[in-house]
Amino acid sequence: MQRIGVFVCWCGSNIAATVDVARVAQTLAKEPGVVYATDYQYMCSEAGQKLIADAIRDYSLTGVVICSCSPRMHEATFRKTAARAGLNPYLVEIANIREQCSWIHKNKEDATEKAVILGRAAIAKVHLNAPLTAGKSPVTKRALVIGGGIAGIQTALDIADAGFEVDIVEKKPTIGGKMAQIDKTFPTLDCAACILTPKMVDVAQNEKINVFAYSEVEKVQGFVGNFTVTIRHKARYVDETKCTGCGLCTEKCPQKKVPNEFNLGMDNRRAIYIPFAQAVPKLATIDADYCTMLKTGKCGVCSKVCSAGAIDYKQQDRLEERQYGAIVAATGFNPISLDAYGEYAYNQSPDVVTSLEFERLMNAAGPTGGTLLRPSDGKHPHTLVFVQCVGSRCDGDGRGKSYCSKICCMYTAKHAMLCREKYPDTEVYVFYIDVRTPGKGFDEFYRRAVEEYGVHYIKGQVGKVVPQDGVLKVQASDLLENRQLHIDADMVILAAAMEPDKSARPLATMLTASMDTNDFFTEAHPKLRPVESPTAGVFLSGACQGPKDIPETVAQAGAAAAKVIGLLAKDSLTCNPCVAKPDELMCNGCSSCEKVCPYGAITYVNKEFRGPNRTTLLRRVASVNPAVCQGCGACTVACPSGAMDLQGFSNRQIMAEVDAICK
Amino acid sequence: MQADVKQRAIALLKEGTADRVLGWKAGEFFYDLTPAVFETSEEVERDFVWSPFSAPNLSKYLIGETRKPGKIAAFLKPCDTYSFQQLRKEHRIDREKVYVVAVQCGGMCDIEKIKALAKAPTAIREEGDMLVVSTLYGEKRLPRQDVLAERCLSCKSTKMAYYDELLGDDGEDKGDGRFEGVRRLEAMTPEERYQFWRGELSRCIRCNACRNVCPACSCEKCVFDNPTSGVENKAAANSFEENMFHIIRAFHVAGRCTDCGECSRVCPQHIPLHLLNRKLISDMNELYGPYQAGADLETRPPMTDFRYDDPEPSVVARRGGAQE
Amino acid sequence: MQVNEKFEPTIVAFCCNWCSYAGADLSGTNRLQYPANVKIIRIPCSCRLNPMFILRAFQRGADGVILCGCHPGDCHYTTGNYYARRRMTLMFSLLDYLGIERERTRVEWVSAAEGAKFAATMEEFTETVRALGENRRLEDLRCKQM
Repeated sequence: MQRIGVFVCWCGSNIAATVDVARVAQTLAKEPGVVYATDYQYMCSEAGQKLIADAIRDYSLTGVVICSCSPRMHEATFRKTAARAGLNPYLVEIANIREQCSWIHKNKEDATEKAVILGRAAIAKVHLNAPLTAGKSPVTKRALVIGGGIAGIQTALDIADAGFEVDIVEKKPTIGGKMAQIDKTFPTLDCAACILTPKMVDVAQNEKINVFAYSEVEKVQGFVGNFTVTIRHKARYVDETKCTGCGLCTEKCPQKKVPNEFNLGMDNRRAIYIPFAQAVPKLATIDADYCTMLKTGKCGVCSKVCSAGAIDYKQQDRLEERQYGAIVAATGFNPISLDAYGEYAYNQSPDVVTSLEFERLMNAAGPTGGTLLRPSDGKHPHTLVFVQCVGSRCDGDGRGKSYCSKICCMYTAKHAMLCREKYPDTEVYVFYIDVRTPGKGFDEFYRRAVEEYGVHYIKGQVGKVVPQDGVLKVQASDLLENRQLHIDADMVILAAAMEPDKSARPLATMLTASMDTNDFFTEAHPKLRPVESPTAGVFLSGACQGPKDIPETVAQAGAAAAKVIGLLAKDSLTCNPCVAKPDELMCNGCSSCEKVCPYGAITYVNKEFRGPNRTTLLRRVASVNPAVCQGCGACTVACPSGAMDLQGFSNRQIMAEVDAICK
Repeated sequence: MQADVKQRAIALLKEGTADRVLGWKAGEFFYDLTPAVFETSEEVERDFVWSPFSAPNLSKYLIGETRKPGKIAAFLKPCDTYSFQQLRKEHRIDREKVYVVAVQCGGMCDIEKIKALAKAPTAIREEGDMLVVSTLYGEKRLPRQDVLAERCLSCKSTKMAYYDELLGDDGEDKGDGRFEGVRRLEAMTPEERYQFWRGELSRCIRCNACRNVCPACSCEKCVFDNPTSGVENKAAANSFEENMFHIIRAFHVAGRCTDCGECSRVCPQHIPLHLLNRKLISDMNELYGPYQAGADLETRPPMTDFRYDDPEPSVVARRGGAQE
Repeated sequence: MQVNEKFEPTIVAFCCNWCSYAGADLSGTNRLQYPANVKIIRIPCSCRLNPMFILRAFQRGADGVILCGCHPGDCHYTTGNYYARRRMTLMFSLLDYLGIERERTRVEWVSAAEGAKFAATMEEFTETVRALGENRRLEDLRCKQM
């Protein structure tokens, strides 16, 4: 006979305000098998947990039902409580009467009635719960960081610092990411390259870190502690072991008309190239789309000039399988495409640029050598108009993003300030919806731009930019003065919204990590587990989780590293015991379950069974590897005989819940 | 043909190709054939019958027979070869222990139809496309086409899915005429469909004949017989039980049912059970691409497969045919 | 059935643990209201939903059954919802074929971030089922409390 205890939590007033908790406890006390029922202010508190533990001992409980918040919140807490009191932790069931009852209903009568039904379903289920024991699985002590921007670099350095091996996979030929393209950083105005490149060198020199640049993740298998990742090393057509990065080939290559992506296409590079001087790894890469030799078989100049003999036109993509215990997504962001923003004339005039392009125009290593010149005619611009929130905070127009890109206010203030400082003869206008500067030293920085540098901040949106007679006619509204403005500008700089890199979506699918509607990775908990994905063993670093600036990215990168280190420091992990289990006597050995198993956890064995008249029969039956099974239950439905069942969510348990709810 | 089949069975035993022969023998009546295992040529000579009533699909018996020592020669009709392949695909039959003799078939006959045209039949003889029926009142000649069983009128294929040896010529795949019954039901209103199925299924006596004869329903233990499954039930106590049983049965055999039609043939209440299976086959063909269970050993069955762009379940609500 | 009394349908919602159950939690966290008729059963993945559970619910007196899972492509177990999609499509088609009102069953993909969608879906589904009235075609009279 079952002896079940029911514990109804008030959650302060969160539950008690809309659910009559005392009545729930009294009603559930009458359910078959229930020997103890009570309610308490905070079940998850130490006193509440003690109440549960004492009742388990005093009433020799064989099952516990806790009517409280979501099991996603405190199931683990209460399972531990039960274990401490000597009850198998899998004999605990949670009835979710907060998120799925008290918080969504206003009528106390309805909510109380529903809470009773949810409690009944949990009691019906716990009647059928079986004690389960968790197994162990080993941990591969190596981490994979996907993305080699500042987020990935910092995470890798921190993990390596704790003594664990780390691989960085970067799809571009060099690590560095967006930060390498930035000129100065706010609010201190120190040079981005000066603080980034030493870190890149550290990565290159760290024995624990392998950099797989110009590589992509092709396939991810396995689970926390035991991932098997297939990495595609894209062909550079340059032998990485021989190339010294001298760069002679990049000067001699006759194909000079390749848009230079590092400078966002504002100048050209050769078909064989090193993205920038401080690239890590410093290796030449042949761009197969432009290389004359690869396209027509006639050229071979780079091969002739290379004294190291590193050029290999026959190189192929190479696939490599590697094992990891943890994976960090650090895939970063990109400015959105501005094709849909015809009103700003981005596609009509080269003098309308994005902020990132403006960074390159201000940068000493950029296309203009650091002198601010108009892209159209190379002349010095006198009037500059900055437009904020291009594609940010615009819900519903189908072009932009609903969220705030967070960094635009600050970098625009930086750009405006730098312009005024270097070129005091310029007039600088900034059009904004709001200026958002929450951050250490941020508001002071913005005020300096306005007060010391005389940047014209105008609250209002730019309606139209028309290129006409060598100037950009800017039509805008000043909302505070309530008037229309017409400005003849030399350049217009658009603060394009940031969006997650396009590679994030397919990666999330491979990692089975969830994403929000904007394709930012979802965190396991927005407040309490901000650097973990809901998928165990997958962590988040940098702007792939949401818009953020460099200091925040570095902080989050370190936090993700700390979580990875915590995982890799363990020798083994406790497995989820809620896995599939076949009943061999009923198994047909038909292979239906094996076909739908995403983990390859099911194999077949020939087993002897007793037949009639003292005979033995050899039958093929399914066998589940509990360390590999993740407990999805696909097999249980594929199985026609019902031989395959899922522990913790068995057919009978779910049907008992159904019965209790429908009664 | 009867003689050829019998001679071949005897030869197989004598040659030592097989230790046993799986075929048919007469039951109470000449049209009431049952599956039988023959161990000697004398038994074959005496009892083996190949006739327009050799309807039972023998493939399912091979699950048990191939667990026994020795080799068995099985005589399979085109329909049965699909079931045989499907069972092989599900690892239920030890291929090495079977010698498959495929027998081309001109369609099985429905004794009720014969009785309607020729009262009190006592024996039957094939003469080309005609059947010569001996009755208490003398002989009667009937065109075979007129007395074919329903399932054979909408035969899916006379092409053998597999054989070690073929008696007669191999046939070919037929058209999709077999889905006409399904289309008729789909064209009804939901209320008419409900009344139709209520009328049919409420006659079910849960004798389990459909399950026991079905080569796809070959579980070691049926989920409805398993006391730990939570759904075990035996007697038909009210309308729901047959609903549940037949829906789940159709669902369990989806993608595995070869459409041999045995379920409808054996139903003592004449419930057109094949219309459930054919609905699922028709849906799967339409939604996930043509698939014939048992046609080969490699193709992934639709229920254990998917495409990223499969239609959403709401397709059911949007689809034409089923009218309001 | 009394005409004056508003019919309150029993709705069983099967939610996958990783997306839809979290989505349901989110609608709670955001205090988005939906009818108390909806009772949620947590399953690890939409592919855990055995069609038998749906029939069982109807047998025991449910008036509507809805399955919520991760959006195709986002399954925590990679492929679970693709199988669920095929199974439910065929199951619903078969029920429709048997003349059971097709509006009583539904599949909806709800992510962990779609609390609002969850609440709106439940609201709408409850109203649809309420309009259909009591489930009479699949119920088991013996399971009714007299």
